[in-house]
Amino acid sequence: MPAEARSDGRIVIVGASLAGLRAAETLRDEGFSGELTLVGEEPHPPYDRPPLTKQVLLGRVRADDVGLPRRRAVEARWKLGVRASGLDLYGKKVLLANGEQLPFDRLLIATGTRARPWPDPDAARLDGVFTVRTRDDAGRLAERFAAGPRRVLVIGAGFTGSEIASACRERGIEVTVAERGPAPLVGALGGTLGAFAARMQRAHGVDLRCGVTVTGLKGADGRLTGAELSDGGRIDADIAVIALGAVRNTEWLAGSGLAAGPRGVACDAGCRAFDMYGIVTDDIFVAGDVARFPHPLFEYQMLSLEHWGNAVAQAEVAAHNMISSGPHRRPHLTVPAFWSSQFGLNIKSIGVPTFSDQVVVAQGSPEEGRLVAVYGYRGRVTAAVSVNRAKWLEHYRRLIETAAPFPPGPGAADRPESAEPVPSDVPDPKVLSHGPTVALTGHLPDRRLTLVRPGG
Amino acid sequence: MSTETLFHRIADYASRPDPYPLYAELREHGVVRQDDGSYLVGTYDEIAALLHDPRISSDRRLRTVPDPLGPGQDDVPPAFIGLDDPEHDRLRRLTMRPFGPPHSPGRIDALRDEISRIAGELADGFGGDGKRIDIVDDFAYPLPVTVICRLLGVPTEDEPRFRAWSDTIVAGFDSTPGEDPEQRVRSATEARRAMALYLGELAESRRGHPSDDMLSALVNDEAPEGRMNRIELMTTSVLLLIAGHETTVNLITNGVLTLLRHPDALARLRDDPALMPQAVEELLRYEPPVQMLPQRTPLADVEVSGVTVPQGAPLILVLAAGNRDPLRFAEPDRFDITRPDNQHLGFGSGVHSCFGAPLARIETQIALTTLLHRLGDLRLVEDPPPYRTNPVLRGPRHLVVEPRA
Amino acid sequence: MTGGAERGADRAGMQIVVDLNRCQGYAQCAFLAPQVFQLHGEEALTYAPAVPDDQLERVRGAATACPVQAILAGEQAGADAG
Repeated sequence: MPAEARSDGRIVIVGASLAGLRAAETLRDEGFSGELTLVGEEPHPPYDRPPLTKQVLLGRVRADDVGLPRRRAVEARWKLGVRASGLDLYGKKVLLANGEQLPFDRLLIATGTRARPWPDPDAARLDGVFTVRTRDDAGRLAERFAAGPRRVLVIGAGFTGSEIASACRERGIEVTVAERGPAPLVGALGGTLGAFAARMQRAHGVDLRCGVTVTGLKGADGRLTGAELSDGGRIDADIAVIALGAVRNTEWLAGSGLAAGPRGVACDAGCRAFDMYGIVTDDIFVAGDVARFPHPLFEYQMLSLEHWGNAVAQAEVAAHNMISSGPHRRPHLTVPAFWSSQFGLNIKSIGVPTFSDQVVVAQGSPEEGRLVAVYGYRGRVTAAVSVNRAKWLEHYRRLIETAAPFPPGPGAADRPESAEPVPSDVPDPKVLSHGPTVALTGHLPDRRLTLVRPGG
Repeated sequence: MSTETLFHRIADYASRPDPYPLYAELREHGVVRQDDGSYLVGTYDEIAALLHDPRISSDRRLRTVPDPLGPGQDDVPPAFIGLDDPEHDRLRRLTMRPFGPPHSPGRIDALRDEISRIAGELADGFGGDGKRIDIVDDFAYPLPVTVICRLLGVPTEDEPRFRAWSDTIVAGFDSTPGEDPEQRVRSATEARRAMALYLGELAESRRGHPSDDMLSALVNDEAPEGRMNRIELMTTSVLLLIAGHETTVNLITNGVLTLLRHPDALARLRDDPALMPQAVEELLRYEPPVQMLPQRTPLADVEVSGVTVPQGAPLILVLAAGNRDPLRFAEPDRFDITRPDNQHLGFGSGVHSCFGAPLARIETQIALTTLLHRLGDLRLVEDPPPYRTNPVLRGPRHLVVEPRA
Repeated sequence: MTGGAERGADRAGMQIVVDLNRCQGYAQCAFLAPQVFQLHGEEALTYAPAVPDDQLERVRGAATACPVQAILAGEQAGADAG
């Protein structure tokens, strides 16, 4: 049956965070007049996660205060505090954990991710062991920070782990960071900026241990006392924050017949979900962290982006396409972007730095703590990362969008003397503690060879 | 007419009251090369791209063509507005320390009450029945000048001295064609030197005797990257004093003129003064006080909409033309105080975006709010009013209003 | 993303979110509403998502003045959830 523009009927959105909210608003903005239901596992109305590891852990903002503003009223039924437990594609129903069934004409899957837990469930239950994904997590951890712990152990030095370590230092809390890879942030930004991040952490008094794994968490009387490291070392700590990356919330789709698995829910460039046979569905859409989608700027590789901006942009495209007929549908082509602030620095990224073989510092320098690093793959620009140099990044977005030659030409007034490209040194994700926030799950670059396995 | 002379026509004094048809002509042709080898750009997207392009220098000493308005050999070096990173960045950050966040976050916000008081006093001085008022001389000029003097720590009684210097300096980058600029540039150089020495001495007098003003902070406070040297301190203070003098006066005056020409907008603002911040943003789009950035220069050959602008060529970004680009703004020639998505170029963009923008915003919001309830009873004596000669810092020289009969 | 603050937000309390992908650190918000927006270091922006009642006007002004229109202010989303 051909897709037709439909502004009525029943739409269910599973996931009531950033992507689900912005999708709901876009649906109403574009004239959807039917019945709209949002389902959220957390009991809270939509809130913003980026402040959790920053303002909240610094004690400047209460975890309860991070609610998201709405763009408009959505006139929806909100089912909060209830988990979706299954999807019946034939009957077109979402099954909820409380036994309720939600029939739909079109469905948006925006269930996002959750924190990867510590692998030993007994140790994970020790008092003092935390993950930070929800506002409740962050609120509890902020309370413990305020109480003045002796030492915090952060396991995993991706963006989340690094921001938490930064908050600790700013509050004067001793912190050890343990990372299996060679440097912090290396999984997202490669070797050059990884080395920069390592120097920055140490300069701020972080006890940074790279190339080690935490082999066990130790406790006494149900409380965490410390951890053992693979190099034989031992850390005494009363708090451990597990920052091992994220797990995509797709278990509820197991057996549904959709192409859903640990890498997310596969969809086309218009956010329509694939089924397990690789056939695109016409009434099931995906957006946000849980989606994996092909991007033409990155050789149509399947991307999974744990980015705030992607959740917004993809939700808008998905919502538009849910109520538009075939030729009026839009592709999700936004250039990926994210930011992080840590140790007083503003780090911003445009493009996909891990999609690279070389990197060059095109402006500024790591020594002055202000720079733009440009990434290339097979002779074209694929990404740029700025540190306290955000005003230039727009220029590099244009280079990425136009597949400009790498390295970029000379002319920048603050170009360093030795602007020679070096290998970008993006490690295999398997060697990292922290999961990468961008997962390339297609056929390139060669090291990341992974087959799309429908039904995961 | 040839587009090669477009800049001459824009700079022609006869165009001052309404340069916008010429800007439309500029946009139609995209990038326009002038007969002197300079290039004009007037479309929004291209200007925005160039303002974020690290290959575009603000240092006109790097031009490879003769630059009659450029600095002479005996001139003091440029202030940060005419420098590139990393020097620009270092000096701008040092100047920001006593002005705004992160080191002085509340400084400008804390001036609101005093600005309101000064504006109120000036308006109270307007006099009574039937008297004509010159909005420029009686209000829009003295307000920002008083504020910048307080902020910098410059005695207001010296105002006549630095007003003369400021006028001469600004005339020095007035590129009215058909006139030998040499004499003007020489006078400007001398005025700039005199102003620099004056401000330098003033700052030195505070060394070791800190007071609550920016000159004192610049000379006394130690930043991690050190302090400005004597020359840097002088060029920076000259920049701040001139910028505090010559731009906000235009913004306020353009605001009064525009509101008097749009009684509907004026009435709406009187009903809902909370719209004032939006109205000021629209004003910055519709009648920006800095019409163009005349001192950019590419450090490599740069392609702009299919035209290669060669390394070293003077590149003039006409912000006021970009602000009326129909590809970016719906109905761009309409003054709409509730315009959504108003990402105008009134303060430029990128690393050189206007340093004093927050102060100009607050001053203009307060100035126009102070006048709101008086303007409805006033009419323009002359429309268009007489303009200042300068095509870059464009604004009325006088704006005489009188009570309605 | 719209910059204007949603009217009528006063009653329910105003929340803000800044699209920090758009933000380039011009810091106009930190000048105009320093109680709510702060620079962390030279460029990174932090802010209080729940706006105190006495800061509503300043926050609206800051959202309006944002050179990249990155500030969204409005009522808490899903406040009607029940």
